[in-house]
Amino acid sequence: MDAIRTLTSTAAPLPLPNIDTDQIIPKQFLKRIERTGYGDFLFYDWRRIQDGPNAGQPNPEFVLNKPEHKGAKILIAEKNFGCGSSREHAAWAIQQFGFSAVIAPSFADIFFSNAGKNGIILVRLTDEQVQTLLSRSTANPNHTITIDLEQQTVKDDQGLHAHFDIDPFRKYCLLNGLDDIGLTLRHADALDSYEQKHDAAFWLAPKSDALVTATPETR
Amino acid sequence: MSQPQTLFEKVWQQHVVVEPEGEPTILYIDLHLVHEVTSPQAFDGLRMAGRKLRRPDRHIATVDHNVPTTSAQDRLVIADQISARQVNALRSNCAAFGIEFFDVQDASQGIVHMIGPELGATKPGTTIVCGDSHTSTHGAFGALAFGIGTSEVEHVMATQTLPQSKPKTFRINVEGKLPHGVTAKDIILEIIGRIGTDGATGYVVEYAGSAIRALSMEERMTICNMSIEAGARAGMIAADETTFAYLKGRRFAPKGAAWDEAVAHWRTMHTDEGAHFDREMTIDAAELAPNVTWGTSPGMVTRVDAMVPSIEDARSEADRKSFARALEYMDLKPGIRIEDIAVDRVFIGSCTNARISDLRAAAAVVKGHHVATSVRAMVVPGSQLVKKQAEEEGLDHIFRAAGFEWREPGCSMCLGMNPDILQPGERCASTSNRNFEGRQGRGGRTHLLSPAMAAAAAVTGHLTDIRKWPLAAKPAATEPALAQGGAR
Repeated sequence: MDAIRTLTSTAAPLPLPNIDTDQIIPKQFLKRIERTGYGDFLFYDWRRIQDGPNAGQPNPEFVLNKPEHKGAKILIAEKNFGCGSSREHAAWAIQQFGFSAVIAPSFADIFFSNAGKNGIILVRLTDEQVQTLLSRSTANPNHTITIDLEQQTVKDDQGLHAHFDIDPFRKYCLLNGLDDIGLTLRHADALDSYEQKHDAAFWLAPKSDALVTATPETR
Repeated sequence: MSQPQTLFEKVWQQHVVVEPEGEPTILYIDLHLVHEVTSPQAFDGLRMAGRKLRRPDRHIATVDHNVPTTSAQDRLVIADQISARQVNALRSNCAAFGIEFFDVQDASQGIVHMIGPELGATKPGTTIVCGDSHTSTHGAFGALAFGIGTSEVEHVMATQTLPQSKPKTFRINVEGKLPHGVTAKDIILEIIGRIGTDGATGYVVEYAGSAIRALSMEERMTICNMSIEAGARAGMIAADETTFAYLKGRRFAPKGAAWDEAVAHWRTMHTDEGAHFDREMTIDAAELAPNVTWGTSPGMVTRVDAMVPSIEDARSEADRKSFARALEYMDLKPGIRIEDIAVDRVFIGSCTNARISDLRAAAAVVKGHHVATSVRAMVVPGSQLVKKQAEEEGLDHIFRAAGFEWREPGCSMCLGMNPDILQPGERCASTSNRNFEGRQGRGGRTHLLSPAMAAAAAVTGHLTDIRKWPLAAKPAATEPALAQGGAR
């Protein structure tokens, strides 16, 4: 996971609330068993014309198809971004398309976690601040935003200066590109002793008929 | 005396491995349910890092999302090569890592959230995760159960734990007696409509109150299943006699003296008198009506006897924009009666409403009638066990005689990863959980409702108020007759 301290970029405005992960990456792309190659499928249906003689062609009206927003590393959306399905493919698609950060008033819980595991910076600003950024990026595709993770600030080239909150541990992991599993395994001793006691409470095991075969070798 | 605790706090506390200073709590995970879609990259991750699966006995796997539902043969040789590759990947990963796997034609195969309870693997007071947002279903047993992403799946495989920040608590009390024709599905749609699709974000919801206590396990699962549709981290209902009766004798349930000991422990797993919740609300069951969604989010829901709302009914500027977009996508005009909306397809299935009591309720409506000529309708039982039970009761004959397709178990048209999808512009009355744009097929339009209402819509060809149905039978309150999960 690559660590990011500050990010300065233009932004792609997506002024809609409740954008669900089915829109971010439709189901037909979840059949793949790889972890890469999802960028082209980001907002697949929204990026294409749905009906009529040009069905299937790129929709020139959709923000990600507009040449002036090409190369934007920041996505801006309204509240409850990433709701619905737990598919981490949504975070992969956002990142692999080229976004490093998403700014919104709120995010759904599972998406919030998935994005963090992939080093995507999620910035929660107030409704008003998000509306300001959305309208500035819509009016001017060269509108440039700087996210400083260390300072927890968002600034733009038109004078916006906002502070955002982030869980200190999440910030630490993002800044250092840390592997979660490695972090948990620092507590291997605590885990071993917890598990030993916990296993003794047999009804907590999922498969009571499998317990007899759960020897230390299977650990 | 110790501080009164909520059910959630008790489960959480009993699973704390360690609480490192300034970091999330490391929470022990009792059971991880695995399916083909969100696991292959996690298995690859373990291999790449040279890590082992810590506790193979704490994982159970099945295939559900991708599998065709047309015939046993179509499932054994999946025509879609990409789907086949994903199913095969799970097969070989389970063999390589020693995970018990319920393959396509196994007697215990089914939607992952169906088989956990059926096998008795879902237990009160435990922690359960799965790479699927509807893992909240298992909270109906008083477990803390939540959906996770693939990186977290890998984390659980490697460590049998997850780092978690403690969520807030939210109790929703549903008090009183449900009116005739109003089901568990209507309760949860009502809740989502009232609090919004992000109304419970950051919270674990406990459902309580006399109307909840009166529900069967299957009905409780329907409610907890859709907790995620209100943004909740998890939904829970404290275990009681109903829960114990459901679990007793199932394959992975404790036996003999161990059973008595387990029940004694489970009886302690409830919210103490006076325990504090961060948020609380109460709903009067008697006021409820059958609900139907009209838009492209489960929160866009109204009573079946109401009309499609107008943009002016939206509560905020953001909602106004969503309403306008949803009305356009759904091709609906404000002010038309919900009951005047004609449907092309009916889907009875999904982890929300494909259990035996759901099928019984739908069959009771359908019996002696025929599907409207303009409608294509299908029933997809949630599991092999439900399919078998339904066939023993002759429900398949009732559905087939009425013109329904009777399918093999799987997720099917809930999300359309297999060939069961809507065509652009088709309108579907569906017992599933999500009505997002394109969810059931690109351009498809979904109306979420209860199984009895879906069955009635199939017969009349339009959304129908089940309370007017002449043959409406009360949904069976009984559980499947002690179906032995996984008796192979």
